[in-house]
Amino acid sequence: MQNPSSPRTLYDKVWDDHVIETFEDGTCLLYIDRHLLHEVTSPQAFDGLRAAHRQVRRPDATMAVADHNVPTTDRSLPIEDPKSRFQIETLEKNVKEFHVPYFALSSEDQGIVHVVGPEQGISLPGMTIVCGDSHTSTHGALGSLAFGIGTSEVEHVLATQTLQQKHAKNMRVNVEGEVRPGVTAKDIMLAIIGRLGTAGGTGHVIEYAGSAVRALDMAGRMTLCNMSIEAGARAGMIAPDETTFAYVQGRPFAPKGKEFEEAVAYWKTLSTDEGAVFDSEITLDAAEIQPSLTWGTSPEDVLPISGNVPRPEDFADPAKAERTRRALKYMGLEPGQPIAGTPVDVVFIGSCTNSRIEDLRAAAAIVKGHKVADSVRAMVVPGSGHVRKQAESEGLDKIFLDAGFEWREAGCSMCLGMNPDRLEPFQRCASTSNRNFEGRQGPNGRTHLCSPAMAAAAAITGTLCDVRKFQQEAA
Amino acid sequence: MEKFTTLTAIAAPLPQENIDTDQIIPAHFLKTTQRTGLGKHLFDAQRYQSDGSENPDFVLNKSAYRHAEILITLDNLGCGSSREHAPWALLDFGIKCVIAPSFADIFHNNCFKNGILPIKLPRDVCETLMRDAEAGANARLTVDLERQVIIRPDGEKVSFEIDPFRRQILLEGLDDISQTLQFGKDITRFEERSSRRWIPSTLKKEV
Repeated sequence: MQNPSSPRTLYDKVWDDHVIETFEDGTCLLYIDRHLLHEVTSPQAFDGLRAAHRQVRRPDATMAVADHNVPTTDRSLPIEDPKSRFQIETLEKNVKEFHVPYFALSSEDQGIVHVVGPEQGISLPGMTIVCGDSHTSTHGALGSLAFGIGTSEVEHVLATQTLQQKHAKNMRVNVEGEVRPGVTAKDIMLAIIGRLGTAGGTGHVIEYAGSAVRALDMAGRMTLCNMSIEAGARAGMIAPDETTFAYVQGRPFAPKGKEFEEAVAYWKTLSTDEGAVFDSEITLDAAEIQPSLTWGTSPEDVLPISGNVPRPEDFADPAKAERTRRALKYMGLEPGQPIAGTPVDVVFIGSCTNSRIEDLRAAAAIVKGHKVADSVRAMVVPGSGHVRKQAESEGLDKIFLDAGFEWREAGCSMCLGMNPDRLEPFQRCASTSNRNFEGRQGPNGRTHLCSPAMAAAAAITGTLCDVRKFQQEAA
Repeated sequence: MEKFTTLTAIAAPLPQENIDTDQIIPAHFLKTTQRTGLGKHLFDAQRYQSDGSENPDFVLNKSAYRHAEILITLDNLGCGSSREHAPWALLDFGIKCVIAPSFADIFHNNCFKNGILPIKLPRDVCETLMRDAEAGANARLTVDLERQVIIRPDGEKVSFEIDPFRRQILLEGLDDISQTLQFGKDITRFEERSSRRWIPSTLKKEV
């Protein structure tokens, strides 16, 4: 632990408050407040517990939900894929045997684990939160230290409620000023990843700060923290403030009454101290960020919608030139071509990055009064049963359905190609998800990451296009 | 976990950067509840053609490298998803050591948890080792974790750095859960701190 009287960062403070023991080489035994489980990365961990005759130490600090594998069609029907069905049944068997709270598939509480945690008030500021999923960084938007772990560590947390960890480096990313119309949290994050590169945050915890970050609502902050891992950082954090407290208050599992007041008083102490030292720091001018998207097969392959894709010869490093050549070939793009105007086959609005009610409202605002282009299959997949219900109460489902979108049940869906929602080979998709890796959305599928508004605009025009044209039209 | 001490083996060169864990093992193979059996799908998209036949150009399909136990790549190996199925797939294929100029954090960690030794070396050294590896089956590398050296086919030694704590765990094949459980009383004392009173239970929803 650092000297508590010297200025500390948000990350340092949350870390220090969870250290049980520090070993000789600096490795710490870190207490974990919340452990979230899903069906894909937990079965082998439960098997490990059984083999060693161990129990779950704190079922009352644990929560499980199935999201990766679940079909996003009619929930009253059985799951067709026997392997998916078996994996979900295995989770249900495990949570029963080890007394872990579980949000069943039939329940409105079910959804993507990174949507459900904050929505239920299970994830709270100042906590350490882990899950066997790299997008656990999402929960850092609340001012918690949240990061993804492998299955061996899932087993370690189940058995001990701790992890053996070393303190990471501190990085601060400031986004200062006001964003221009049409620019969302997703565009800010793509700009940050484009600047840092996919390994720029490796070994660091990123704190997002600056006036443009403070101005974001919680959904926007979650979009930012969610994609920290796409810049290589295991965790992203934002200092809790009034926006955070207002979001948390009244959620089913959040503290109530006097306990809430006590918690807020503590959460207010977590902000980075004046003079705290960051190992690295970058600042972006919010006004310079344009509606953006990815052109290639790494999240760092970012372009403003007005931009042209690169040419291999733009890169002096032969490995980079080769990677660019391969990415262009995979994506079916010509070197140097403008990205706008490229036809899309599929539009996917969903995932733990962009499936919250605010995301659906932003997409619906573009879609209203338009039709999905004939050549496009477009789908909206809400992040949870509650998001779906809220959207329906606002009439957003009607806007999407009238335009020709599919309106589906909650789940990870087309973000990762392990449930029935997948791209066909060579289909091109404007997607609000987080990874454009080769094959991520299905073998040989082509992914362009973008904001919900940009995805909605692509659905209507049938091409990647500048969302600002629609917004001017609406104004 | 199996101990890792010394390994003398064939190394496969895969000169790509940013190899993500979706490349190492695509999501549709994660519907397993086992740790084993994933080796046949390792690098599935690169290793097999659309008709299911092997891609003869992919390094692990070449006769010289079918029994490789060391994999050498370029920067940022294992980025993306936290899936431990990636080291499980490597291990199931037979890979016990990965060498790269840099690794993504979660993958790096997951390797150690499964007895795979990840070695970080400067890019030019990785490229030299790849050239050694291109000599094929007769060109074996020796990785000596005790002495922290790689011995090239010509006998030259390349030393590497590794976290001493993690080195010990690999050398002894330790179970870190048993280690942590020795601190059970300290964990309980921590849980009982009065400053933690505000933290609610996830067990039942208050109405």
